[in-house]
Amino acid sequence: MNCKTLVIELENYLDEELDPSIRASIEEHLMKCKKCRVIVNTTKKTIEIYCNSEPAPLPEETRLRLHQALSKRLRRAHPST
Amino acid sequence: MSSPKTNPLEQHPLPSQVVKDDEPQLVAAAQGGNIEAFETLVERYERKIFRLTQNITQNREDAEDAMQESFLKAFEHLSEFQGNSRFYTWLVRIAVNQALMKLRKRRPNEVSLDQDLDTGEDTIPREVEDWGPSPEDRYEQRELSGILSEVISELAPPFRIVFQLRDIEELSTEETAEALGLTLSAVKSRLLRARLKLRQKISRYFRRSDNQ
Repeated sequence: MNCKTLVIELENYLDEELDPSIRASIEEHLMKCKKCRVIVNTTKKTIEIYCNSEPAPLPEETRLRLHQALSKRLRRAHPST
Repeated sequence: MSSPKTNPLEQHPLPSQVVKDDEPQLVAAAQGGNIEAFETLVERYERKIFRLTQNITQNREDAEDAMQESFLKAFEHLSEFQGNSRFYTWLVRIAVNQALMKLRKRRPNEVSLDQDLDTGEDTIPREVEDWGPSPEDRYEQRELSGILSEVISELAPPFRIVFQLRDIEELSTEETAEALGLTLSAVKSRLLRARLKLRQKISRYFRRSDNQ
């Protein structure tokens, strides 16, 4: 395992889709190579930050327009409600 | 062979990411004509769907239109939803289609998701800077949201959209491939490049400062 191979396998490593023997050799390489360790850790952190980020509230006028359009369409489909 | 996606980070999920137990009941009620049930689903997902359409189209007006059309389309086709996937996953696929149509209309020469992309030597990061602990805590929530939006907007559409579906919406590789009409290997190679590019771009905000 070298740095180039690690990057090629990074996708499967991060998503835990690797054969255990390849995984073990990646982890062995990570113990020795600080550069790859930083790449793996900061890439994991990038995914984590995006994955855990809460979407911003809808701008009020956008929310109003959405619900007005829906209300019109929904009540046309079900006039009795 | 690919397996369903697992979060490699095993984080405690935020409340918004937990599958709500009442979703199948709400969908069933909405399918039966209960308007309030459908409105509850809309309120639950409107922020996430707007972020999705915004990240794909990179245009506020198009994002709003695509979101609105997605919910209207979901309502019109609700009877076709069979419950084979989560309702949210089904909704995401509708929203991706709507947003891509807007994007292709505005930038017809720029958006080809299946174009042959170079996946050669430049995949290997050149600059590697470590980050401090919990770098996201350096920013207020609003400021962090702005940074994340700005950084993702710098990616080309094929990378941005795959990352959005896999790592933000948490679709599996298979679901992402199906939604975008790509092969599994194309999704994987774009995702790797997207993750590495984002890592590099976001480093300018999160790198360890001298006093850490």
